Amino acid sequence: MTTSRLTMPILRNMPLILFVLVFVLFSVLDERFFAIGNFSNIVESSAFVGLLAVGMTAVLLTGGIDLSVGATMYITAAVVGLLLQQDVNYVLAICAGIVAGTAWGFLNAFLIAKVGLVPFVATLATLTMGRGVGLLLTESRQFILPPEMAYAATDVFGVPLPVVVFGIVVAVAVVFLRYTAMGRQIYAMGNDLDAAKKAGLNVVRLTGSVYVISGFCAALAGVIAISQQGSVSAGIGEGVEFRAIAAAVLGGTSLFGGVGAVFPGTVIGVLLVQMISTGLVYLQIDLYLQDMIAAAVIFFAVFIDAQRMRILSRLERRNIRVEKGDAEPPGAKPVPAPS
Amino acid sequence: MTDLILQFQGISKAFFGVPVLKGIDLDVERGTTVGLVGENGAGKSTLMNILGGVVPATAGRMLLNGEIFEPGDPRQADAAGIAFIHQELNLFTNLSIAENFFISDFPTMGRVPLLNRRDLNHRAREYLAMVDLHVSPDMPVERLAPGERQLVEVAKALSLDARIIIFDEPTTSLTARETDRLFELIGRLHEDGKTILYISHILGDVMRLSDAIAVLRDGNLVASGPREEFTIDRMISSMVGRDIGNLYPERSAAPTEDLMLEVRNLSKAGISHQINLKLHKGEVLGVFGLMGSGRSELAQIIFGLEDFDEGEVLINGVAADKLSPTRNIRGGMAFVTENRREEGLMMEATVADNLTIAALPNYTSRIVKRVRNSGLATAVKETVEILTIKVNDAFKNEVKGLSGGNQQKVVLGKWLMTEPSILIIDEPTRGVDVGAKYEIYEIIDQIAARGTAVLFISSEIEELTGMCDRIMVMGQGEVLGTFDRADFDTEAILRTAFREHVA
Repeated sequence: MTTSRLTMPILRNMPLILFVLVFVLFSVLDERFFAIGNFSNIVESSAFVGLLAVGMTAVLLTGGIDLSVGATMYITAAVVGLLLQQDVNYVLAICAGIVAGTAWGFLNAFLIAKVGLVPFVATLATLTMGRGVGLLLTESRQFILPPEMAYAATDVFGVPLPVVVFGIVVAVAVVFLRYTAMGRQIYAMGNDLDAAKKAGLNVVRLTGSVYVISGFCAALAGVIAISQQGSVSAGIGEGVEFRAIAAAVLGGTSLFGGVGAVFPGTVIGVLLVQMISTGLVYLQIDLYLQDMIAAAVIFFAVFIDAQRMRILSRLERRNIRVEKGDAEPPGAKPVPAPS
Repeated sequence: MTDLILQFQGISKAFFGVPVLKGIDLDVERGTTVGLVGENGAGKSTLMNILGGVVPATAGRMLLNGEIFEPGDPRQADAAGIAFIHQELNLFTNLSIAENFFISDFPTMGRVPLLNRRDLNHRAREYLAMVDLHVSPDMPVERLAPGERQLVEVAKALSLDARIIIFDEPTTSLTARETDRLFELIGRLHEDGKTILYISHILGDVMRLSDAIAVLRDGNLVASGPREEFTIDRMISSMVGRDIGNLYPERSAAPTEDLMLEVRNLSKAGISHQINLKLHKGEVLGVFGLMGSGRSELAQIIFGLEDFDEGEVLINGVAADKLSPTRNIRGGMAFVTENRREEGLMMEATVADNLTIAALPNYTSRIVKRVRNSGLATAVKETVEILTIKVNDAFKNEVKGLSGGNQQKVVLGKWLMTEPSILIIDEPTRGVDVGAKYEIYEIIDQIAARGTAVLFISSEIEELTGMCDRIMVMGQGEVLGTFDRADFDTEAILRTAFREHVA
């Protein structure tokens, strides 16, 4: 079956292929899109969604979900903005904001791991609650940030600071998930919760930890987002959970837990999502239509991904018979690329 | 002077006031293999769960090496050198073999909390060599065959330096060859002085492996002693508490000539090749084949769960251009899957809900499709009675509380209620004890006597020769031969099945 020999690598590398396809498509539609300057622009603007997606990947690996990331960003932004109004040193203000955002992650961790609420419901509640807290803190005012908060525009060895932060977080997440006991245990728990309990793993601590990680990532994303915007407004982080989840899923992370990786998976997913939004701007699509089109494209990509998984699992099933012209011995499965 | 590694003294256990174990006294000598047999619900698993720290005993005590042993959780049992290899394996399929070994205690690089992968894989390779499994420790478990996974589970037990290894029905998902390999390994563990507790329904295996045998019935230890004192017949009569004269019921009706299902030249790349079969009203057609012979796949194609490339499937003489489960069920076909826990039952729902799920359309009012509960309730009561399902209240009790045999009866009952014209059953007695097996055979006989055509898929040759009118033998997705009841010969059937396997 030569068709399967050809389709297997295609299906397995779908995120990357999709990425190239979308890139080529936009480049053909608008030649300005194909430029180094634009590409670095995409990378730079994906930093904050990327941070969210890294935390989201950890949460999805346990089979959970974190809908509250946007609210966490807003709380962080509100705390930073308020403190800056009081003339607090900006480094202190940022630290306080990150602590506040991470605390919101702790609240999720408590509700889900300790109280035992379903992640979807718990984080939907903390999403609404978090927005309320943000509005209460700021009294829905908008803060214009002082110039020293424009650090997002600074470069480190020629690389924009947000990209550096994103890179560091990705690196730390990769090491954490692949090379620490806790990381591997998170994968194990996502694969089989009962078996994890039987193996004596501390599932409460493991479950809780991913929501704290997600909260911390969302807080960082909040700090970067306000720095890029130069202001704190109530619109911060609205609807970002969709993009963060889409990025992680596009990168191959399963919504059912146990499957996925931050690199290259989620990173490619993030770039893909950002490229779609940027591309639509370039094409000067009606502003009111952009969200709809972006959502449709992402939906389509996720749909393709779901199909891919189905076809993959069918192709990887063991054959009983050796068909003519099929070199594989019975029972042999094609070996997938190492993940 | 005997050296006892383990003693159960008056172990009792009750769940919600219902006694499951009633004062078990059992001594286990160091380095012996003890076969533990009994019907489902006799208390074997509960006894082992107490030893493995999964549940605490209500009364009594255990002595391990002469000292009182009260494991509070599975990890304490692990630490005491007791490994429990469950029927459903506890492996994380998304992780590598090595990671599975050390998931609760990873080796790290000294003070740095990073995994020492080299050390991890090095140690894992040693344990894999002990079970004679030569694959990379980096290999994700999901890429291993069921038999290999079992070996990994044993290797994991060895990595924990287990002195006592409990096997709970280890062969249910293994092929004949994988089973041989496991038995070889158990023999080697035995020679190394490990103490082994072996639970199985396959009494021949128990005879082959054990030094001593213990029989449980209704929470009591009814017989125990060295293997020499036992025969398979004695085990069965102790288990059941009476002599079972016949393992299979007399067939109460003969098959007719009316063709219900016909498969012509059915092929699917990599799965099936040129399959022909005819199934008549009132007939029980057995499908025998070794693991991986394509028998379950054939059933899935006929039922419409999988598509096919070539050929025809005629139901009641009508060729269907496209098969789908919905259409098949409407046309009177029913399918009892191999995997009752995952595919055939809603474990958290009541017995009544499970029984009625497929038959609901027959009990709805004409226009609004409202379910008429009175008729349904009567039908449920009837079915529970006919099938002798042991349940207090079919409308309140959840299926997960039933024993394996009773669960299987619920699956069968679900399709009985739709009164199917064609019934496909895949391994209906797997993991079911002797007594319940007989009842399931009786149900199959009755279903056939009512005029249903039954396709009976099994890897137990004896039950097919006991129950079927004809047996079709499959291998590598092909039909290798068909036997009429008059020509049934276990050896000939096996030889046919192995034809392409031995070479």
